[in-house]
Amino acid sequence: MIALPAPKPGILARREEIIAALSAIVPGDGVIADETRLKPYETDGLAAYRQVPLAVVLPGSTEQVAAVLRYCHENGVRVVPRGAGTSLSGGALPLADAVVIGLMRMNRILDINLDDRFAVVEAGVTNIGITRAVEGDGFFYAPDPSSQLACMIGGNVMMNSGGAHCLKYGVTANNLLGVKFVTIEGEVIEIGGAHLDAAGYDWLGLITGSEGQLGLVTEVTVRILRSPEGARAMLAAFKGTEIAGAAVDAIIASGIIPVALEFMDKPCIHACEAFAHAGYPLDAEAMLIIEVEGSTAEQDELLNRIKAICERFDPISLKVAETAEQSLAIWKGRKGAFGAVGRISPDYLCMDGTIPTSELPFVLKRIGEMSAQYGLGVANVFHAGDGNLHPLIMFDANDPDSFRRAEAFGADILRLCVEVGGCLTGEHGVGVEKRDLMSVQFAPHELDQQRRIKTAFDPQWLLNPSKVFPLEGAPVPLAAE
Amino acid sequence: MSEVLAPADEAGISAAIADAHASREPLAVEGNGSKRGLLRPVQAARTLSTRGLTGITLYRPSELVISARAGTPVPEIEAALAEKGQHLIAEPPDTRALFGTEAPATLGGIVAANLSGPRRIAWGAMRDHVLGIRFVNGTGEVIRSGGRVLKNVTGLDLCKLLAGSYGTLGVMTEITLKVLPAPEAQATVVVAVPDAAAGVRALSAGLGSPYGVSGAALLDGPDGMQALLRIEDFAPSVAYRAGRVVHEMAAHGGTRIADADESRGIWAAIRDGAPLAATGGEAIWRVSVRPSAGPGIMAAARAAGGRAYLDWGGGLAWIAGPATEQVHDSIAAAARAAGGTFTLFRGPEALRAAVAVLPEEPPPLAALARRVKAALDPAGILNPGRMRAGG
Repeated sequence: MIALPAPKPGILARREEIIAALSAIVPGDGVIADETRLKPYETDGLAAYRQVPLAVVLPGSTEQVAAVLRYCHENGVRVVPRGAGTSLSGGALPLADAVVIGLMRMNRILDINLDDRFAVVEAGVTNIGITRAVEGDGFFYAPDPSSQLACMIGGNVMMNSGGAHCLKYGVTANNLLGVKFVTIEGEVIEIGGAHLDAAGYDWLGLITGSEGQLGLVTEVTVRILRSPEGARAMLAAFKGTEIAGAAVDAIIASGIIPVALEFMDKPCIHACEAFAHAGYPLDAEAMLIIEVEGSTAEQDELLNRIKAICERFDPISLKVAETAEQSLAIWKGRKGAFGAVGRISPDYLCMDGTIPTSELPFVLKRIGEMSAQYGLGVANVFHAGDGNLHPLIMFDANDPDSFRRAEAFGADILRLCVEVGGCLTGEHGVGVEKRDLMSVQFAPHELDQQRRIKTAFDPQWLLNPSKVFPLEGAPVPLAAE
Repeated sequence: MSEVLAPADEAGISAAIADAHASREPLAVEGNGSKRGLLRPVQAARTLSTRGLTGITLYRPSELVISARAGTPVPEIEAALAEKGQHLIAEPPDTRALFGTEAPATLGGIVAANLSGPRRIAWGAMRDHVLGIRFVNGTGEVIRSGGRVLKNVTGLDLCKLLAGSYGTLGVMTEITLKVLPAPEAQATVVVAVPDAAAGVRALSAGLGSPYGVSGAALLDGPDGMQALLRIEDFAPSVAYRAGRVVHEMAAHGGTRIADADESRGIWAAIRDGAPLAATGGEAIWRVSVRPSAGPGIMAAARAAGGRAYLDWGGGLAWIAGPATEQVHDSIAAAARAAGGTFTLFRGPEALRAAVAVLPEEPPPLAALARRVKAALDPAGILNPGRMRAGG
């Protein structure tokens, strides 16, 4: 288990006073302080960790967020920002002496401009909500994390969320134009705007993916894109993971950038097939789902080229969707992968490392060996185009030893990702989950450099404490100017 | 000309900076110095150049990544990519003609300036494709951020912070970029439009179409005003999509299709600021606004005695005009009024030293900037005054 810092007794003792002050800033039902109603805020998508916060405040405006932060700064109160609470890395896990700032009430779409192709939305608008607001006109917001029905754009900015279509459209950072940023001191700063590439330091780039360490975001200006004419998928199944990996290399080398290029290993194929009956070949060691975009004729052209490439690798099965319905059927199993694994195992941990794609066969072999060593099943889904690997480690949460082994197994996988030239997290964030592994990827002085930048924004280290940076060695003061 | 240090490796860069930090002596930081005329002049007795750090250190075409030392000339990288049918996604400008320099830009310079060309509108800026960096901070420590994989959210993103910081926060020694296959074919739809507003409406219609327009510019030339829409893809797609765009543009003006060769020439010129045909004494600005505000910036440039063309769907105005504080102030005011941003891209040293070459930051952001600068370069020795007076 990952350690959490002890609460500050002085803050716990002042609980009533803090709640009263927050209630004065966000009157009405904007502050939650009773135990029953605090319960839903005790955890997020990393449900193994739970801690009821001191209080939850639900501001309705940027001004209220700024006032709450200013109060917390002046009173030394820790702050945990929260969107929909879907973080898989424990990014929204509270502390006993922390105030959770929930942004779900800030859910208005403020402006949509199709001519200039941007939308301005509050932080609590869901990811899918942006696309829904513009899809009638043929536009969409590109990043599409699996949790897009629930997750909020403010959280997407804080975690720099990805999705299945990053290879072509990039992650959150590549699709932002501006944010309204609130510092721990309660200053409201407009960063960027509706234009590209604001001159000066790239504050937008630094804030995106900062996991709530630097400040909060209350409004976001995103780029919206015109949807392609259409998209269609194909399925290719192979006798070995090396062979499937070689097929991926050959597709990229041919100059085709599919909009999605997903890889599933045998345990994953079996779990998904049992769940979704998508017609996946059960004798395959590895399967690819490849999606292309364009007019029907363009899709045909690209799918034929990809099919011809796959045929060079002795496929077990090649299935090109002829219609949108067949395409959906191919995707059905993959989209249900997490649910499918949930059916064959009481609980699972979803890991999120990235590796150089050429290392995939070696990494899968090592993961298989570790699976035997830890006595826990694992299924692998992989965004093959961008190297983002999601091993799903199966365990039983009612058995403390099983959970301990699952965590150790996961940590070993992430160490392996770093060892082969990759990183700890491709899209889920460090959060609390991977905090103590940061020293595997970074040298102490490199972590200190990041910590000094954190200090520049948050001198008392009140923002989203105990996440991202290992507890030892934090905080680091700015050097004297 | 100040004394130039050009170490052959990262350890040399680190030693030079540690020494400057210890003695509190400022360093001007550059690659080949090809953009020395961009932004503000630096007053420093010594210049630290990364031009000795050259060479591609890793190139995996099938993984879409390339790493090179910061002093590697951009043309060398482009040639290595072209050999494998790939390219730099952001299409960075070649500024040699504008600045009258001979040496090409280095990779470090182009990333430190976050300079992007026409493809930015469709595929992202230079900074969007920086996957990893090694840099030396202002105390001489070597720091890594990011890595060599396409998707990475591990820790604070210092790659983006350093990209566009013009060597004021650290000196990059090695950079890893995402690259993509170079398209097999291209064509440009040329639309004759009556005025700038109509032109930007045509560009918006093109960018709002599902045909993957990868360049959208508005030129005011001897043939009148022309909206230009580029399609890059496989040959059958280019033929199909260009046809569809011509169809969509019928309502906006007379059209023709420029073939691949002509198209390449058109976009190289737009990328490099060539259509301005700026004379040596003129100043050049880049103004970024929402596309529909582009025509207003063009008009403001004309009213101030300058001329302009638009890239990025109308949102990027390249402006040339008299190199005076008065003209600068008018252009800066127009950018501000449109809610956008500006860069004094080229100008005589006296002008660059006298005016704010970038928009002022609001006080709380300026305070953060000072603290972030102190977190990376506590003695303030790296490129002092490069971006802002006193900073």
